[in-house]
Formats: sequence, C-alpha cells, structure tokens
Amino acid sequence: MTLDRRSLLTGAAATAATAVAVATRGAEAAVPTAPPDAVGLLYDTTLCIGCKTCVVACREANGKKPDTSNSNGLWDAPLDLNGQTKNIIKLYKDPDSPQRSYFKAQCMHCVDPACVGACMIGALQKREKGIVTYKQEYCSGCRYCQVACPFEIPKFEWSAKAPLMVKCELCNHRLAEGKLPGCVEVCPRKAVIYGTREALLADAKKRIADHPDRYRGYKDGDAPRVFGETDGGGTQCLVLSHVPYEKLGLPALEETSQANATRSIQHGIYQGFIAPIALYAVLGAVVFRNKKKQDEDGGAA
Amino acid sequence: MQLDGLSGREPLLVDVEGSNRRDFVKVALMAGAAVGLPAALSAQIAEAAVKGVKPSVIWLHFQECTGCTESLLRTSHPDVAELILDLISLDYHETLFAAAGHQAEAALKKTMKDHEGKYVLVVEGAIPTKENGIYCQIGGRTAVDILNEVAGKAGAIIAIGSCASWGGIPSAEPNPTGATGAPMILKGKTVVTIPGCPANPYNLLGTVLQFATLGTLPALDEKGRPKFAYGRTIHEHCPRRAHFDAGRFVQKFGDEGHRQGWCLYKTGCKGPATHANCSVLPFAEVPDAWPIGIGHPCFGCTEQALAFRKPLHDTVDVERPTPPDTYAPLHAPMGKVAPIATGVAGLIGGALLGAGWAASKKLGTTEEASKEPRKEA
Repeated sequence: MTLDRRSLLTGAAATAATAVAVATRGAEAAVPTAPPDAVGLLYDTTLCIGCKTCVVACREANGKKPDTSNSNGLWDAPLDLNGQTKNIIKLYKDPDSPQRSYFKAQCMHCVDPACVGACMIGALQKREKGIVTYKQEYCSGCRYCQVACPFEIPKFEWSAKAPLMVKCELCNHRLAEGKLPGCVEVCPRKAVIYGTREALLADAKKRIADHPDRYRGYKDGDAPRVFGETDGGGTQCLVLSHVPYEKLGLPALEETSQANATRSIQHGIYQGFIAPIALYAVLGAVVFRNKKKQDEDGGAA
Repeated sequence: MQLDGLSGREPLLVDVEGSNRRDFVKVALMAGAAVGLPAALSAQIAEAAVKGVKPSVIWLHFQECTGCTESLLRTSHPDVAELILDLISLDYHETLFAAAGHQAEAALKKTMKDHEGKYVLVVEGAIPTKENGIYCQIGGRTAVDILNEVAGKAGAIIAIGSCASWGGIPSAEPNPTGATGAPMILKGKTVVTIPGCPANPYNLLGTVLQFATLGTLPALDEKGRPKFAYGRTIHEHCPRRAHFDAGRFVQKFGDEGHRQGWCLYKTGCKGPATHANCSVLPFAEVPDAWPIGIGHPCFGCTEQALAFRKPLHDTVDVERPTPPDTYAPLHAPMGKVAPIATGVAGLIGGALLGAGWAASKKLGTTEEASKEPRKEA
C-alpha cells in the first residue's frame, strides 16, 4: 500500500466539505405536509372494549389466515403484528395500579413516513389519499422499512417462500369499492373511526375540549393532546388515550420527521453528484500515482 | 305457565294440548320459527297449512336404527299427531304404518301416482351397494332400486340422518355392506341432507314446510345441508364458549372444571369442526338435551370426516379460530442472548480473524519466497 498520507487527507477533507455544504442546503427543502385529501383513522382508548372484532375483520378484509402458532391451534392469538397480522389489540396493565388500557397497533400512515424514506425502490409510497401503500412488484425484500419505522409496523413474511412486507394499507381496496376499512366497519363502539385527517383532528380536539379530564398527554402530567398531530412530522392515524402515550408504547418523536433528517443528509450528499465525483477523482488520482510509482520501481529492478 | 322441573326454566314453547285453529296457527308459526325461518315465511307456512295444502311425504327406511323417526315422534311442539295429521300428509312410513305387506306397497304406488313430481321423499338410513345391494331388500327389491324409483318422481328429496346423508354408522370401517348415502346414489339430483345422529326433527320440518308452502328449498351448502341449520359450527354458538375463550378447560371427566361446566374441548369435543344447530335448537324442546348440555363432548355426528371415524376423545382442529380472552403485550417478548453465547461467538469470531491474519501473513512470505529464486535466475 502506497497511499500517500497527504493525498488521502486532502481528498477526505474535500469530500467532507462538499457533503456538509450540500447537506445544509438540502435541509432547507420543504418539510412534507399531509395532502389535502389525506384520510386516516381516529382510535380512542376510552371507547375501546378490547373485543378484538377488528382483528378478525382485518383478517377477513385482507385475506390473512388466523395465527394460531402460540396457542396449539386453538386461538387466533398473535403476540404482535406479524407477517399475517396487520392489526392487533394490545393490553397495557399498570404494574402499580388497576389502570388498564387497550391499544390498537397498526400502521399510522405518517405524513412523512420513515419507511417510504428508507425504501430505495419505491415499493412503499404515499399514494392516493396519503395512504402508505405497498407494491410488491417493486419490493426487493431488503426490510429497511422494518428497521426505519419508529412504530415497528412493517413486518416480513418469514414463513413464506416468496416473502413480502405486510402492513396496514387502510383497506384501500375496500375504500375503492366505497366501503369502510374492515376494522372501522365492525367496531361496536366507534372506538376507531375513519375520515379525512382534517375532520378527525377536529373531532379529536373537540373530544379533548369537551372532556379535558378524560384524556392525557405524552407523559404523566402533560396537558392532554392528540397523538399524531405533530409527532414524527404528524400521522394520518390519530390516537386519543386515557393513559399517557408513553405507557402505550408509542415512541417519543420530534416534530419534524425522521425521514426528513435522513433525506436531507442522503439527498445532500448526492446533490449535483458533486461528492461522488470528487471522491472518485481522488481515488483515481491515488490509483494513477501508485501505478506510475510501481512502473518506475519495476523499471529500476 | 309451568316450569321445567329439572332446570327450573320456563319451557321453550307453550302447551298446545287440545289445539283449536288459533293454537294450530301458532304451532305452524313456531315450527317455522324454531328452525330460524323468517317470521314472514313462518306466517305463510301457517296460512298454507291452515288451508290444507299439506305436503305429501313418502318416508323410506333403509340401513338404520330408526332413531331419526324416534326423535321425530318425540317432538312435542308440534307433537307427532299434529305433525302427521295437520302439518304434513305422511302417506308412506314403514314404522308408523297401520297397513302391512301388499297393502302398504299399494299405498306407496298410489301416493307416487297421485302426487307425481310433487311429493317429498324422505330417506332414512344408508343404502348398501356391495353384492348388488342385497344386504337391504324390501319385498324382494334392493334399497338401490327402491330409492331410484321413488326418487325419480319426487318433487324434493331429503336425506334425514347421517346414514342417509353420507353413510353413517353402517358405513363405518370396514363397511361390510358398502353402505353409502342417498346423494351418492342419486347423483345429479338435488338431495337436501339433514345429517345428525339423530337429526333434529325441526330441521326436517322446516325444510318440508318451506317446500310445501313456497315450492322452494332452503339455501344449501356444498354438502347439501340447509344453511339455516348447518351454516355454523357447534363451537360458534356453544353455551360453554366463554370458558373456551377464557382458557378454562375440563382436563378429565369429573374434575372440578367438569363440575363447573367448563369447556369440553380437551376431552375430545368435536364442536369446533361440526356444523349443526344443536346448541341453539334443543332436541324435543328439552333444554340441554344434547351431548354438550349433559357434560359430554360433541361427537361430531353430522360430519362424515369425524363421526364413527375420529376417536371419541381425540381433539380436532378449530375450524375458524377467533381471538381468546387474552391480549398481546405492548412489547412482544424477544429471545435473550446468554452472556456465554456472546462469549463463544466472540471467541469464534476472534479465532477466524486471527487465522485470517496468520494466513495472509503466510501468503506474503510465500509470494516473496517464490519471487526470490526468479531473481537468482
């Protein structure tokens, strides 16, 4: 190895400088907002009775088989979302008090989704009505979306021979037929309702205004608020809860999306293709020098 | 209103002893309602029955125990007299006939002629097919011949009981007579099957009355069973279902759970795979007069794949599993990595790295060594 110390440092410094310069410019790009026709769900834990009808309806609506692997074939009893479960009712039990809450885990349909940012081929995209949809024909199976999602929603079909990613797509096939999402249609208490994000947000805020004592914020003692209004850049599926969101396992997220941060760096590095060209130019120079030196050495011997 | 002595509940239906016209209409309505026919349809059935439009029924017996007829005789609302005299016209029935021999055969011929294309044929019992069907003969004719002849001119064909529906007990291994059900003999014809051992007589009654009144048959599933009675599994309407969902199971007969009326799945209940309405329509209006009601697992008598084939106390797969009364935790449990495993993995990784380094060093020296002699040359 005859990589010259001086040339290496020069090249590295040049690359870094370019990257930082363009990254700062990239960050100035507009933060995505929800499309005007964005639709979503509003789930209210104070109304949910944990009947799990929505879990069954979701399976029927999406053609997913019951998961009986944890119960010797007796029950449809998945422990979490998985390759055949797009929607699940979880239970929160306070260890120190009799407080309980159900929680409906499913895709939040973020305004600026991390999974879409991580998906390099565009299999996951925000399509009609802002719904984060999946096109299996584009998917390479890298599972970056699974790692990227702050809510741990996309799941991989580990047991399938040709596995796909599985996540809630808001029953867009049913919406196209003028029907409601499966879970919404069957909910006996309207604990989960469907509508435009705008209307749902207004409804949620009204509920908080009408019953400020009933709802909570992110942490104990926080003022009541709607989860998903701004969390992680906002989500199209909103949550209201009588238990702090932290306890329901919802992550603490910045007001700007994670996708926006990663995008500004990644898009910044490649902007104008300057950084790659600079890097390859340095490498080319190093190779050229070494080749020349080797030829000279060979000639001497 | 008298109370049932055993259970302390009110009897399901009122007493209609000494029935007048009003009572009779009520009976007809109940018969329709009992099998889950819509109220409007029940009223139509009652109207038709009052006007005397009684369906002519021919009842054939083959290889069976007469249990289905026996259970029909034990319906009390309507009781058998009302049934035979008022609701249907039972023109030929080998068990209930006063006539015998040639007289009986003549009645069969006459009914077939008078009501050609309109009478209802009810088949009870399996049909033997081995040795040209000689194992069941009446008046020197085989069951196959009789069935083919009577079914040929019938308006509707109903196979009552598991024997007539798919073979039942006579078809159990090793099936010495080659017994099979009526639908297997009458290929290409619509045969309504009402399996059960015995079949619930109300399911028969509802089907016959609908045919007599509207001239139609109820919606059937792929096995010819009326969906109003066989559309769901026992499990889906089981009175013990709450115990299943909560995970409370009888472990063995006579244990505490058994005394408490817990779920019988683990003692071999076939309810989760058995399509029938026993859990919602008691036999002969006696509450709990069915296996699960008396603390015994469902036998699966309506299902060809289960009854007389699957051992009595073996468990079956749950056909349509739904969630239990337990919930997923907020964070799914994950496997833990033991410190020893981490150490072992680290050692292996380190050894590989070391070996690689040593090998690459050796590679360098051999390269140099191979270069040197060339220099000398």
